Amino acid sequence: MALRKKTPAVAAPRSTTLLIATRKGLWSLTGDAARRAWKISGPQFLGHIVHHARADSRGGKTMLAAARTGHLGPTVFRSTDRGRTWKEAGQPPAFKPGAGRTLDHTFWLTPGHTSEPGVWYAGSSPQGLFRSTDDGVSWTGVDGFNEHPQRKAWCGGDQDGTPDGPKLHSVIVDPRDARHLYIGMSSGGVFESTDRGADWKPLNKGVKALFLPDPDPEFGHDPHCVRLHPKDPDRLYQQNHCGIYRIDRPAERWTDIGAMMPKSAGPIGFPLVVHPRDPDTLWVFPMDGGSVWPRVSPGGKPAAYRSVNGGKTWQRQATGLPKTQAWWTVKRQAMTVDQAPTVGVYFGTTSGEVWGSRDEGRSWKCIARNLPHIYSVECA
Amino acid sequence: MIVRIPSLLRSYTGGADAIELAAPATLGEAMRALDARFPGLRFRIVDEQDAIRPHIRLFVDGVSERDLTRPLPPARELMIVGALSGG
Repeated sequence: MALRKKTPAVAAPRSTTLLIATRKGLWSLTGDAARRAWKISGPQFLGHIVHHARADSRGGKTMLAAARTGHLGPTVFRSTDRGRTWKEAGQPPAFKPGAGRTLDHTFWLTPGHTSEPGVWYAGSSPQGLFRSTDDGVSWTGVDGFNEHPQRKAWCGGDQDGTPDGPKLHSVIVDPRDARHLYIGMSSGGVFESTDRGADWKPLNKGVKALFLPDPDPEFGHDPHCVRLHPKDPDRLYQQNHCGIYRIDRPAERWTDIGAMMPKSAGPIGFPLVVHPRDPDTLWVFPMDGGSVWPRVSPGGKPAAYRSVNGGKTWQRQATGLPKTQAWWTVKRQAMTVDQAPTVGVYFGTTSGEVWGSRDEGRSWKCIARNLPHIYSVECA
Repeated sequence: MIVRIPSLLRSYTGGADAIELAAPATLGEAMRALDARFPGLRFRIVDEQDAIRPHIRLFVDGVSERDLTRPLPPARELMIVGALSGG
């Protein structure tokens, strides 16, 4: 059942807040009603590697931040006053004693279903799935995934992950059904559960895995970022290691929508974001995935690409961005959109800049610079 | 026993750089006692499989020790150190 409706009137926000998680701490940016003037505040957790920071999108007051340091093990911090003060989770995500697995870091945070206030999900490196039912105070493993007899086959070993460790990310809760979940794993692929995580099955048909001997395996893929459209929850997009894909459930096979990307940009990147109301509009931010995988803007010329027709065609959006010699890129959690009538699009770079667009990507302005390497940008 | 707390853990101890602890039988007991007083501290330096994290070093009267279960001799000082861990 799609939730696609005629676009309702949307009120302009009085202000917009972005949470900026970086390799050295957490900052926030607050924009005025026009989204022209931005004020930065922070840092929180200076020196902590903050992989992800999220606010409760269900109207709750909780914010969570997943953090560790070079010395100290991984934890989750909580705020219930919109980021003014933070307390550590009483029982942060961790694998079971005796399981032989050690959590390196919590990588991804997702608020649960609207019918389950207080529920959050966390994905980790190495690949693990955790759930909190008390707004992030205590976390327990989702045994249906962490203890699944096929988990090791799905995830492979550490050598099968990204250079920064194998990750479970893109934890998605179907807005129609709290039991219906998707996850992405780098590596492992996309998996689906219809029973609140008790069991899982791969959902990777049609997705290339050019780094494996079998280019069309059941699992073992490398989705970089998976998004479900909130107004059409049967539609998912993914930016993958090997291209850009769309699926319209109940279909089981992904469609390659990266083939129409211009060759100068290519279909490789980390982030993908969807328009909050139009299921056909999405943005990606390509990076160089050729030769030795430099993971920088192709040719040193950064640009977002937007599609307004579900990926049939793409439009380069680079007005205001550096025209040359800009060798940064955008990590998978570091691009987001706001809910304004004319959607704002934001991204943070590996070189510590935050860029924003007030006009759906048509033009860009740098709204913060000189921050550490940015891992995530989320609207709060 | 005096436990020397490095700067990276003083957010747990209210800024204290040294903590007095009843003589523990093992390092594991010392870690549990510290966590009881300063909740959350243990998991930052000891993982869920009871291993000391890679960039943490524990010195008992100046001698490096990584076994949480070995009986400790009577000791005056436990020093927790954040080892080199990159930039």
